[in-house]
Amino acid sequence: MAVEHPVATPAGDQTRIHNIGYRAYDGPRLGRAYARRSLYSQSLRGSYGLGRSVKSKVLPMLLFVVMCVPAAIMVAVAVATKAKDLPLDYTRYAIVMQAVISLYVASQAPQSVSRDLRFKTVPLYFSRPIETADYVRAKFAALASALFVLTAAPLLVLYVGALLAKLDFADQTKGFAQGLVSVALLSLLFAGLGLVIASVTPRRGFGIAAVIAVLTISYGAVSTLQAIADAQSLGDGGGSSGAIAWIGLFSPVTLIDGVQSAFLGASSAFPGGVGPSNGEGVVYVLVTLGLIAACYGLLMRRYRKVGL
Amino acid sequence: MYDPTVARLTYRALLGRRRALILGALPLLLIVIAVAVRGLAGADDQTAADVLGGLALATMVPIIGVIAGTGAIGPEIDDGSVVYLLSKPIKRPTIIFTKLIVAIAVTMVFSAVPTLVAGLILNGNGQQIAVAYTVAALVASIAYAALFLLLGTVSRHAVVFGLVYALVWEALFGSLVEGARTLSVQQWALAVAQKVSGGDMVTSDVGLPTATVLLAAVTVLATWYAGQKLRSLTLAGEE
Repeated sequence: MAVEHPVATPAGDQTRIHNIGYRAYDGPRLGRAYARRSLYSQSLRGSYGLGRSVKSKVLPMLLFVVMCVPAAIMVAVAVATKAKDLPLDYTRYAIVMQAVISLYVASQAPQSVSRDLRFKTVPLYFSRPIETADYVRAKFAALASALFVLTAAPLLVLYVGALLAKLDFADQTKGFAQGLVSVALLSLLFAGLGLVIASVTPRRGFGIAAVIAVLTISYGAVSTLQAIADAQSLGDGGGSSGAIAWIGLFSPVTLIDGVQSAFLGASSAFPGGVGPSNGEGVVYVLVTLGLIAACYGLLMRRYRKVGL
Repeated sequence: MYDPTVARLTYRALLGRRRALILGALPLLLIVIAVAVRGLAGADDQTAADVLGGLALATMVPIIGVIAGTGAIGPEIDDGSVVYLLSKPIKRPTIIFTKLIVAIAVTMVFSAVPTLVAGLILNGNGQQIAVAYTVAALVASIAYAALFLLLGTVSRHAVVFGLVYALVWEALFGSLVEGARTLSVQQWALAVAQKVSGGDMVTSDVGLPTATVLLAAVTVLATWYAGQKLRSLTLAGEE
Protein backbone atom coordinates (compact mmCIF):
# COMPACT_ATOMS: atom_id res chain seq x y z
CA MET A 1 0.00 0.00 0.00
CA ALA A 2 2.99 2.22 0.05
CA VAL A 3 2.49 5.19 -2.07
CA GLU A 4 5.34 5.58 -4.41
CA HIS A 5 6.77 9.01 -4.36
CA PRO A 6 8.72 9.59 -7.46
CA VAL A 7 12.08 10.80 -6.35
CA ALA A 8 12.22 14.35 -7.46
CA THR A 9 15.36 14.94 -9.40
CA PRO A 10 15.46 18.66 -9.44
CA ALA A 11 16.83 20.33 -12.42
CA GLY A 12 19.70 22.61 -11.84
CA ASP A 13 21.66 22.93 -8.67
CA GLN A 14 19.15 23.16 -5.89
CA THR A 15 20.99 21.15 -3.26
CA ARG A 16 22.58 23.15 -0.51
CA ILE A 17 23.71 22.73 3.00
CA HIS A 18 21.72 24.86 5.31
CA ASN A 19 23.46 26.60 8.07
CA ILE A 20 21.05 25.94 10.93
CA GLY A 21 23.12 27.74 13.46
CA TYR A 22 25.08 25.06 15.35
CA ARG A 23 28.05 26.55 17.06
CA ALA A 24 31.45 25.05 16.77
CA TYR A 25 33.10 24.02 20.02
CA ASP A 26 35.62 26.60 20.96
CA GLY A 27 36.37 25.56 24.54
CA PRO A 28 39.68 24.07 25.63
CA ARG A 29 40.65 20.78 23.98
CA LEU A 30 42.14 18.45 26.54
CA GLY A 31 43.96 16.41 23.95
CA ARG A 32 45.67 13.09 23.68
CA ALA A 33 47.51 13.02 26.97
CA TYR A 34 44.32 13.73 28.88
CA ALA A 35 42.43 10.99 27.05
CA ARG A 36 45.23 8.55 27.76
CA ARG A 37 45.25 9.49 31.44
CA SER A 38 41.49 9.06 31.63
CA LEU A 39 41.66 5.64 29.99
CA TYR A 40 44.40 4.67 32.42
CA SER A 41 42.54 5.76 35.51
CA GLN A 42 39.25 4.24 34.32
CA SER A 43 40.96 0.91 33.60
CA LEU A 44 42.78 0.98 36.92
CA ARG A 45 39.58 1.71 38.84
CA GLY A 46 37.81 -0.93 36.79
CA SER A 47 40.39 -3.54 37.83
CA TYR A 48 39.11 -3.21 41.38
CA GLY A 49 35.50 -2.85 40.35
CA LEU A 50 35.34 0.83 41.33
CA GLY A 51 32.79 2.60 39.20
CA ARG A 52 31.24 -0.73 38.25
CA SER A 53 28.44 -2.81 39.73
CA VAL A 54 28.64 -4.23 43.24
CA LYS A 55 28.88 -7.73 41.83
CA SER A 56 32.06 -6.93 39.95
CA LYS A 57 33.65 -5.44 43.06
CA VAL A 58 33.32 -8.71 44.97
CA LEU A 59 36.00 -10.78 43.30
CA PRO A 60 38.90 -8.29 43.05
CA MET A 61 38.29 -7.04 46.59
CA LEU A 62 38.08 -10.61 47.88
CA LEU A 63 41.36 -11.51 46.20
CA PHE A 64 42.94 -8.35 47.61
CA VAL A 65 41.86 -9.30 51.12
CA VAL A 66 43.04 -12.90 50.66
CA MET A 67 46.38 -11.49 49.53
CA CYS A 68 46.77 -9.27 52.62
CA VAL A 69 45.40 -11.46 55.41
CA PRO A 70 48.33 -13.92 55.59
CA ALA A 71 50.72 -10.95 55.81
CA ALA A 72 48.70 -9.49 58.68
CA ILE A 73 48.70 -12.87 60.46
CA MET A 74 52.47 -13.19 60.04
CA VAL A 75 52.99 -9.71 61.43
CA ALA A 76 50.71 -10.47 64.37
CA VAL A 77 52.65 -13.64 65.10
CA ALA A 78 56.00 -11.86 64.76
CA VAL A 79 54.92 -9.07 67.11
CA ALA A 80 53.38 -11.45 69.64
CA THR A 81 56.30 -13.88 69.77
CA LYS A 82 58.94 -11.13 69.54
CA ALA A 83 60.58 -13.02 66.69
CA LYS A 84 63.98 -11.96 65.36
CA ASP A 85 62.81 -12.27 61.78
CA LEU A 86 59.64 -12.39 59.71
CA PRO A 87 58.48 -15.96 59.00
CA LEU A 88 58.56 -15.27 55.26
CA ASP A 89 60.90 -13.19 53.11
CA TYR A 90 59.48 -10.17 51.27
CA THR A 91 60.58 -11.65 47.97
CA ARG A 92 59.07 -15.05 48.71
CA TYR A 93 55.58 -13.75 49.49
CA ALA A 94 54.39 -13.32 45.89
CA ILE A 95 55.73 -16.75 44.95
CA VAL A 96 53.77 -18.40 47.76
CA MET A 97 50.60 -16.49 46.89
CA GLN A 98 50.95 -17.02 43.14
CA ALA A 99 47.60 -18.82 42.81
CA VAL A 100 45.80 -15.71 44.06
CA ILE A 101 47.80 -13.44 41.76
CA SER A 102 47.11 -15.71 38.78
CA LEU A 103 43.39 -15.68 39.54
CA TYR A 104 43.45 -11.91 39.75
CA VAL A 105 45.19 -11.55 36.38
CA ALA A 106 42.89 -14.13 34.84
CA SER A 107 39.76 -12.36 36.04
CA GLN A 108 40.82 -8.78 35.41
CA ALA A 109 42.78 -8.93 32.15
CA PRO A 110 39.74 -10.08 30.10
CA GLN A 111 37.61 -7.61 32.03
CA SER A 112 39.94 -4.88 30.83
CA VAL A 113 40.17 -5.69 27.11
CA SER A 114 37.73 -8.45 26.09
CA ARG A 115 34.63 -6.40 26.76
CA ASP A 116 35.88 -3.58 24.56
CA LEU A 117 36.27 -6.12 21.77
CA ARG A 118 32.93 -7.78 22.36
CA PHE A 119 30.87 -4.63 22.46
CA LYS A 120 32.95 -3.15 19.65
CA THR A 121 33.90 -0.08 21.63
CA VAL A 122 37.51 -0.19 20.43
CA PRO A 123 36.73 1.75 17.24
CA LEU A 124 35.00 4.34 19.40
CA TYR A 125 38.15 4.80 21.44
CA PHE A 126 40.15 5.29 18.29
CA SER A 127 37.72 7.89 16.99
CA ARG A 128 39.06 10.06 19.83
CA PRO A 129 42.49 11.66 19.69
CA ILE A 130 44.21 8.60 21.20
CA GLU A 131 46.19 6.23 19.04
CA THR A 132 47.06 2.55 19.21
CA ALA A 133 50.10 3.16 21.36
CA ASP A 134 48.06 5.22 23.83
CA TYR A 135 45.38 2.57 24.20
CA VAL A 136 47.90 -0.23 24.65
CA ARG A 137 50.04 1.75 27.08
CA ALA A 138 47.07 2.88 29.12
CA LYS A 139 45.67 -0.65 29.43
CA PHE A 140 49.07 -2.21 30.08
CA ALA A 141 50.00 0.39 32.67
CA ALA A 142 46.59 0.14 34.34
CA LEU A 143 46.70 -3.65 34.76
CA ALA A 144 50.34 -3.57 35.83
CA SER A 145 49.54 -0.88 38.42
CA ALA A 146 46.55 -2.86 39.67
CA LEU A 147 48.77 -5.92 40.04
CA PHE A 148 51.44 -3.85 41.75
CA VAL A 149 48.88 -2.61 44.26
CA LEU A 150 47.77 -6.21 44.82
CA THR A 151 51.28 -7.55 45.34
CA ALA A 152 52.89 -4.57 47.09
CA ALA A 153 50.14 -4.02 49.67
CA PRO A 154 50.93 -7.21 51.64
CA LEU A 155 54.63 -6.33 51.49
CA LEU A 156 53.80 -2.94 52.98
CA VAL A 157 51.81 -4.68 55.72
CA LEU A 158 54.82 -6.91 56.41
CA TYR A 159 57.20 -3.93 56.43
CA VAL A 160 55.12 -1.78 58.76
CA GLY A 161 54.60 -4.80 60.98
CA ALA A 162 58.31 -5.57 61.00
CA LEU A 163 59.09 -2.02 62.07
CA LEU A 164 56.43 -2.21 64.78
CA ALA A 165 58.01 -5.45 65.98
CA LYS A 166 61.30 -3.52 66.25
CA LEU A 167 63.17 -5.69 63.77
CA ASP A 168 66.40 -4.37 62.30
CA PHE A 169 65.52 -1.25 60.29
CA ALA A 170 68.28 -1.38 57.64
CA ASP A 171 67.82 -5.08 57.06
CA GLN A 172 64.05 -4.82 56.71
CA THR A 173 64.22 -1.79 54.44
CA LYS A 174 66.63 -3.58 52.14
CA GLY A 175 64.39 -6.64 52.00
CA PHE A 176 61.33 -4.48 51.41
CA ALA A 177 63.02 -2.63 48.54
CA GLN A 178 64.12 -5.90 46.95
CA GLY A 179 60.61 -7.24 47.34
CA LEU A 180 59.16 -4.15 45.65
CA VAL A 181 61.50 -4.48 42.66
CA SER A 182 60.59 -8.13 42.28
CA VAL A 183 56.82 -7.56 42.46
CA ALA A 184 57.15 -4.67 40.02
CA LEU A 185 58.77 -7.04 37.52
CA LEU A 186 56.14 -9.66 38.27
CA SER A 187 53.33 -7.15 37.76
CA LEU A 188 54.66 -6.06 34.38
CA LEU A 189 55.20 -9.63 33.22
CA PHE A 190 51.84 -10.98 34.37
CA ALA A 191 49.96 -7.95 33.07
CA GLY A 192 51.60 -8.31 29.67
CA LEU A 193 50.89 -12.01 29.37
CA GLY A 194 47.32 -11.63 30.61
CA LEU A 195 46.52 -8.79 28.22
CA VAL A 196 48.04 -10.51 25.18
CA ILE A 197 45.96 -13.63 25.79
CA ALA A 198 42.81 -11.74 26.69
CA SER A 199 43.04 -9.42 23.68
CA VAL A 200 42.72 -12.38 21.32
CA THR A 201 39.24 -13.42 22.41
CA PRO A 202 36.11 -11.31 22.82
CA ARG A 203 34.68 -14.02 25.11
CA ARG A 204 35.43 -13.25 28.74
CA GLY A 205 35.09 -16.86 29.88
CA PHE A 206 37.56 -18.21 27.36
CA GLY A 207 39.98 -15.41 28.17
CA ILE A 208 39.91 -16.26 31.87
CA ALA A 209 40.41 -19.98 31.25
CA ALA A 210 43.22 -19.36 28.77
CA VAL A 211 45.13 -17.01 31.08
CA ILE A 212 44.84 -19.34 34.05
CA ALA A 213 45.81 -22.30 31.90
CA VAL A 214 48.95 -20.57 30.65
CA LEU A 215 49.98 -19.43 34.14
CA THR A 216 49.21 -22.54 36.19
CA ILE A 217 49.85 -25.30 33.68
CA SER A 218 53.22 -23.85 32.72
CA TYR A 219 54.11 -23.59 36.41
CA GLY A 220 52.86 -27.13 37.09
CA ALA A 221 54.78 -28.51 34.13
CA VAL A 222 57.98 -26.67 34.99
CA SER A 223 57.95 -27.61 38.67
CA THR A 224 57.22 -31.26 37.82
CA LEU A 225 60.16 -31.35 35.43
CA GLN A 226 62.37 -29.55 37.95
CA ALA A 227 61.43 -32.01 40.69
CA ILE A 228 62.36 -34.89 38.40
CA ALA A 229 65.62 -33.22 37.34
CA ASP A 230 66.36 -32.66 41.03
CA ALA A 231 65.76 -36.33 41.85
CA GLN A 232 68.04 -37.23 38.95
CA SER A 233 70.82 -34.89 40.07
CA LEU A 234 70.69 -36.35 43.59
CA GLY A 235 71.12 -39.73 41.95
CA ASP A 236 74.26 -38.77 40.06
CA GLY A 237 75.79 -36.48 42.64
CA GLY A 238 74.49 -33.02 41.72
CA GLY A 239 75.69 -33.27 38.14
CA SER A 240 72.57 -32.04 36.38
CA SER A 241 71.53 -29.26 38.78
CA GLY A 242 72.11 -26.84 35.90
CA ALA A 243 69.11 -28.39 34.14
CA ILE A 244 66.84 -27.20 36.97
CA ALA A 245 67.80 -23.60 36.34
CA TRP A 246 67.32 -23.81 32.59
CA ILE A 247 63.91 -25.49 32.91
CA GLY A 248 62.84 -22.59 35.14
CA LEU A 249 62.91 -20.24 32.17
CA PHE A 250 59.69 -21.69 30.83
CA SER A 251 57.09 -20.43 33.27
CA PRO A 252 56.42 -16.86 34.43
CA VAL A 253 56.48 -17.63 38.16
CA THR A 254 59.77 -19.55 38.09
CA LEU A 255 61.19 -16.82 35.85
CA ILE A 256 60.54 -14.18 38.51
CA ASP A 257 61.75 -16.60 41.18
CA GLY A 258 65.00 -17.07 39.26
CA VAL A 259 65.56 -13.33 38.76
CA GLN A 260 65.08 -12.52 42.41
CA SER A 261 67.15 -15.42 43.73
CA ALA A 262 70.01 -14.46 41.40
CA PHE A 263 70.03 -10.70 42.01
CA LEU A 264 67.60 -9.73 44.75
CA GLY A 265 68.90 -11.88 47.56
CA ALA A 266 65.91 -14.20 47.65
CA SER A 267 66.11 -17.84 48.60
CA SER A 268 64.93 -19.86 45.64
CA ALA A 269 61.75 -21.91 45.67
CA PHE A 270 63.28 -24.30 43.13
CA PRO A 271 63.55 -27.90 44.25
CA GLY A 272 66.83 -28.37 46.08
CA GLY A 273 66.77 -24.65 46.94
CA VAL A 274 69.41 -23.94 44.30
CA GLY A 275 68.56 -20.85 42.28
CA PRO A 276 70.29 -19.85 39.05
CA SER A 277 73.87 -18.62 39.29
CA ASN A 278 74.75 -15.05 38.31
CA GLY A 279 75.46 -15.98 34.69
CA GLU A 280 72.17 -17.81 34.38
CA GLY A 281 70.53 -14.97 36.29
CA VAL A 282 71.47 -12.56 33.49
CA VAL A 283 69.65 -14.84 31.05
CA TYR A 284 66.65 -14.83 33.39
CA VAL A 285 66.58 -11.03 33.49
CA LEU A 286 66.97 -10.82 29.71
CA VAL A 287 64.18 -13.33 29.14
CA THR A 288 61.90 -11.50 31.59
CA LEU A 289 62.50 -8.10 29.99
CA GLY A 290 62.27 -9.68 26.53
CA LEU A 291 58.91 -11.23 27.39
CA ILE A 292 57.56 -7.92 28.68
CA ALA A 293 58.75 -6.16 25.51
CA ALA A 294 57.34 -8.96 23.35
CA CYS A 295 53.95 -8.65 25.07
CA TYR A 296 53.96 -4.92 24.39
CA GLY A 297 54.91 -5.52 20.78
CA LEU A 298 52.23 -8.16 20.32
CA LEU A 299 49.60 -5.86 21.82
CA MET A 300 50.66 -3.06 19.48
CA ARG A 301 50.35 -5.45 16.58
CA ARG A 302 46.99 -6.70 17.78
CA TYR A 303 45.54 -3.20 17.92
CA ARG A 304 47.13 -1.85 14.76
CA LYS A 305 43.98 -2.74 12.89
CA VAL A 306 40.85 -2.23 14.90
CA GLY A 307 38.36 -3.45 12.34
CA LEU A 308 38.38 -6.65 14.43
CA MET B 1 15.81 -36.64 27.86
CA TYR B 2 18.36 -36.26 25.07
CA ASP B 3 17.91 -33.86 22.21
CA PRO B 4 20.26 -34.39 19.25
CA THR B 5 19.88 -30.85 17.93
CA VAL B 6 20.77 -29.24 21.24
CA ALA B 7 23.70 -31.64 21.46
CA ARG B 8 24.92 -30.70 18.00
CA LEU B 9 24.69 -26.99 18.78
CA THR B 10 26.56 -27.47 22.05
CA TYR B 11 29.30 -29.46 20.35
CA ARG B 12 29.68 -26.69 17.82
CA ALA B 13 29.80 -24.04 20.55
CA LEU B 14 32.46 -26.00 22.45
CA LEU B 15 34.62 -27.26 19.63
CA GLY B 16 33.83 -24.95 16.76
CA ARG B 17 36.55 -23.03 15.01
CA ARG B 18 39.63 -22.39 17.10
CA ARG B 19 38.21 -23.55 20.43
CA ALA B 20 39.11 -27.18 19.85
CA LEU B 21 42.69 -25.99 19.52
CA ILE B 22 42.62 -24.35 22.96
CA LEU B 23 41.15 -27.49 24.45
CA GLY B 24 43.62 -29.65 22.56
CA ALA B 25 46.68 -27.68 23.66
CA LEU B 26 46.51 -28.87 27.27
CA PRO B 27 46.41 -32.61 26.55
CA LEU B 28 49.16 -32.14 24.01
CA LEU B 29 51.30 -30.43 26.63
CA LEU B 30 50.69 -33.30 29.04
CA ILE B 31 51.84 -35.82 26.47
CA VAL B 32 54.89 -33.72 25.61
CA ILE B 33 55.78 -33.57 29.30
CA ALA B 34 55.25 -37.31 29.61
CA VAL B 35 57.65 -37.90 26.74
CA ALA B 36 60.18 -35.47 28.26
CA VAL B 37 59.93 -37.10 31.67
CA ARG B 38 60.31 -40.56 30.20
CA GLY B 39 63.37 -39.35 28.34
CA LEU B 40 64.85 -37.65 31.42
CA ALA B 41 64.01 -40.11 34.13
CA GLY B 42 63.17 -43.37 32.40
CA ALA B 43 60.19 -45.52 33.40
CA ASP B 44 59.49 -45.11 37.08
CA ASP B 45 56.23 -45.88 38.86
CA GLN B 46 56.53 -43.15 41.47
CA THR B 47 57.35 -40.49 38.85
CA ALA B 48 54.45 -41.64 36.71
CA ALA B 49 52.10 -41.41 39.68
CA ASP B 50 53.42 -37.94 40.54
CA VAL B 51 53.01 -36.58 37.02
CA LEU B 52 49.58 -38.10 36.48
CA GLY B 53 48.35 -37.17 39.95
CA GLY B 54 49.88 -33.72 40.17
CA LEU B 55 49.52 -32.50 36.63
CA ALA B 56 46.82 -34.53 34.91
CA LEU B 57 44.27 -35.10 37.64
CA ALA B 58 44.91 -32.08 39.85
CA THR B 59 45.30 -29.41 37.17
CA MET B 60 44.30 -30.53 33.71
CA VAL B 61 41.03 -32.32 34.39
CA PRO B 62 39.54 -29.44 36.43
CA ILE B 63 40.58 -26.83 33.87
CA ILE B 64 39.16 -28.85 30.97
CA GLY B 65 36.08 -29.43 33.12
CA VAL B 66 35.69 -25.71 33.72
CA ILE B 67 36.08 -24.86 30.04
CA ALA B 68 33.69 -27.57 28.86
CA GLY B 69 31.18 -27.32 31.73
CA THR B 70 30.74 -23.57 31.78
CA GLY B 71 31.37 -23.26 28.04
CA ALA B 72 28.39 -25.52 27.33
CA ILE B 73 25.92 -22.93 28.61
CA GLY B 74 27.72 -19.85 29.95
CA PRO B 75 28.37 -17.94 26.70
CA GLU B 76 24.78 -18.49 25.54
CA ILE B 77 23.37 -17.01 28.73
CA ASP B 78 25.99 -14.29 28.60
CA ASP B 79 25.10 -13.03 25.13
CA GLY B 80 21.39 -13.68 25.55
CA SER B 81 21.04 -16.13 22.68
CA VAL B 82 19.81 -18.74 25.14
CA VAL B 83 16.30 -17.28 24.83
CA TYR B 84 16.03 -18.71 21.32
CA LEU B 85 16.79 -22.13 22.73
CA LEU B 86 14.46 -21.73 25.72
CA SER B 87 11.58 -20.56 23.55
CA LYS B 88 11.55 -23.91 21.73
CA PRO B 89 9.20 -26.60 23.03
CA ILE B 90 11.95 -28.52 24.76
CA LYS B 91 11.91 -29.18 28.46
CA ARG B 92 14.51 -27.20 30.36
CA PRO B 93 15.80 -30.28 32.21
CA THR B 94 16.23 -31.93 28.81
CA ILE B 95 18.37 -29.02 27.67
CA ILE B 96 20.50 -29.26 30.79
CA PHE B 97 20.78 -33.04 30.55
CA THR B 98 21.84 -32.88 26.90
CA LYS B 99 24.38 -30.18 27.59
CA LEU B 100 25.67 -32.21 30.52
CA ILE B 101 26.16 -35.28 28.32
CA VAL B 102 28.07 -33.19 25.80
CA ALA B 103 30.19 -31.51 28.48
CA ILE B 104 30.99 -34.89 30.03
CA ALA B 105 31.92 -36.36 26.67
CA VAL B 106 34.17 -33.43 25.79
CA THR B 107 35.86 -33.45 29.21
CA MET B 108 36.41 -37.19 29.01
CA VAL B 109 37.86 -37.08 25.51
CA PHE B 110 40.19 -34.20 26.28
CA SER B 111 41.29 -35.33 29.74
CA ALA B 112 40.94 -39.10 30.20
CA VAL B 113 42.33 -40.12 26.82
CA PRO B 114 45.51 -38.04 27.15
CA THR B 115 45.87 -39.26 30.73
CA LEU B 116 45.85 -42.84 29.49
CA VAL B 117 48.30 -42.04 26.69
CA ALA B 118 50.60 -40.15 29.06
CA GLY B 119 50.42 -43.00 31.56
CA LEU B 120 51.33 -45.54 28.89
CA ILE B 121 54.25 -43.37 27.77
CA LEU B 122 55.44 -42.83 31.35
CA ASN B 123 55.62 -46.39 32.56
CA GLY B 124 53.63 -48.61 30.22
CA ASN B 125 50.78 -49.07 32.70
CA GLY B 126 53.03 -50.58 35.36
CA GLN B 127 51.12 -51.32 38.58
CA GLN B 128 47.92 -50.32 36.74
CA ILE B 129 48.82 -46.65 37.31
CA ALA B 130 47.80 -45.42 33.87
CA VAL B 131 44.46 -47.22 34.01
CA ALA B 132 43.79 -46.12 37.58
CA TYR B 133 44.34 -42.45 36.78
CA THR B 134 42.32 -42.76 33.59
CA VAL B 135 39.41 -44.13 35.60
CA ALA B 136 39.87 -41.28 38.07
CA ALA B 137 39.83 -38.78 35.20
CA LEU B 138 36.68 -40.36 33.75
CA VAL B 139 34.87 -40.27 37.09
CA ALA B 140 36.06 -36.76 37.85
CA SER B 141 34.93 -35.61 34.37
CA ILE B 142 31.33 -36.50 35.19
CA ALA B 143 31.28 -34.69 38.52
CA TYR B 144 33.21 -31.66 37.30
CA ALA B 145 31.05 -31.27 34.20
CA ALA B 146 27.86 -31.39 36.27
CA LEU B 147 29.23 -29.01 38.90
CA PHE B 148 30.55 -26.44 36.46
CA LEU B 149 27.46 -26.65 34.25
CA LEU B 150 25.46 -25.68 37.34
CA LEU B 151 27.87 -22.81 38.00
CA GLY B 152 27.37 -21.70 34.41
CA THR B 153 23.63 -21.32 34.97
CA VAL B 154 23.99 -19.68 38.37
CA SER B 155 26.63 -17.04 37.86
CA ARG B 156 28.01 -14.82 35.17
CA HIS B 157 31.44 -15.32 36.65
CA ALA B 158 31.20 -19.10 36.43
CA VAL B 159 34.67 -19.57 35.02
CA VAL B 160 36.30 -17.65 37.84
CA PHE B 161 34.36 -19.46 40.55
CA GLY B 162 35.03 -22.79 38.89
CA LEU B 163 38.74 -22.04 38.84
CA VAL B 164 38.67 -20.81 42.43
CA TYR B 165 37.12 -24.12 43.43
CA ALA B 166 39.50 -26.20 41.34
CA LEU B 167 42.72 -24.38 42.15
CA VAL B 168 42.25 -22.71 45.51
CA TRP B 169 39.92 -25.14 47.26
CA GLU B 170 41.20 -28.45 45.95
CA ALA B 171 44.85 -27.62 45.49
CA LEU B 172 45.60 -25.05 48.19
CA PHE B 173 43.17 -25.85 51.01
CA GLY B 174 43.26 -29.52 50.14
CA SER B 175 46.99 -29.56 50.83
CA LEU B 176 46.69 -27.55 54.04
CA VAL B 177 43.43 -28.58 55.70
CA GLU B 178 42.63 -32.27 56.06
CA GLY B 179 38.88 -31.73 56.18
CA ALA B 180 38.80 -29.88 52.85
CA ARG B 181 39.90 -33.06 51.13
CA THR B 182 36.70 -34.86 52.03
CA LEU B 183 34.85 -32.30 49.98
CA SER B 184 36.91 -32.54 46.84
CA VAL B 185 35.95 -34.15 43.57
CA GLN B 186 39.59 -35.00 43.01
CA GLN B 187 39.79 -37.12 46.17
CA TRP B 188 36.52 -38.90 45.40
CA ALA B 189 37.86 -39.78 41.97
CA LEU B 190 41.11 -40.94 43.55
CA ALA B 191 39.16 -43.24 45.88
CA VAL B 192 37.70 -44.98 42.85
CA ALA B 193 41.15 -45.10 41.24
CA GLN B 194 42.59 -46.64 44.40
CA LYS B 195 40.07 -49.45 44.12
CA VAL B 196 41.03 -50.01 40.49
CA SER B 197 44.80 -50.00 40.98
CA GLY B 198 44.68 -52.04 44.17
CA GLY B 199 48.27 -51.01 44.91
CA ASP B 200 49.55 -48.34 47.25
CA MET B 201 50.71 -45.95 44.52
CA VAL B 202 47.31 -44.32 44.22
CA THR B 203 45.84 -43.25 47.54
CA SER B 204 42.88 -41.22 48.61
CA ASP B 205 41.77 -39.70 51.90
CA VAL B 206 38.18 -40.68 51.33
CA GLY B 207 36.71 -44.17 51.62
CA LEU B 208 35.24 -45.73 48.50
CA PRO B 209 31.60 -45.88 49.71
CA THR B 210 31.62 -42.25 50.83
CA ALA B 211 33.28 -41.22 47.58
CA THR B 212 30.80 -42.98 45.29
CA VAL B 213 27.80 -41.72 47.24
CA LEU B 214 29.12 -38.16 47.22
CA LEU B 215 30.02 -38.33 43.53
CA ALA B 216 26.57 -39.57 42.57
CA ALA B 217 24.86 -37.10 44.89
CA VAL B 218 26.81 -34.10 43.61
CA THR B 219 26.24 -35.04 39.97
CA VAL B 220 22.52 -35.65 40.34
CA LEU B 221 21.86 -32.67 42.59
CA ALA B 222 23.88 -30.29 40.44
CA THR B 223 22.06 -31.42 37.28
CA TRP B 224 18.66 -31.19 38.93
CA TYR B 225 19.34 -27.76 40.37
CA ALA B 226 20.73 -26.51 37.06
CA GLY B 227 17.46 -27.63 35.43
CA GLN B 228 15.48 -25.77 38.08
CA LYS B 229 17.67 -22.74 37.62
CA LEU B 230 17.11 -22.76 33.88
CA ARG B 231 13.34 -22.98 34.40
CA SER B 232 13.33 -19.63 36.14
CA LEU B 233 16.17 -17.99 34.30
CA THR B 234 16.13 -14.24 34.17
CA LEU B 235 18.39 -12.62 31.69
CA ALA B 236 20.35 -9.94 33.43
CA GLY B 237 21.42 -6.85 31.59
CA GLU B 238 25.05 -6.17 30.97
CA GLU B 239 26.80 -4.95 34.08
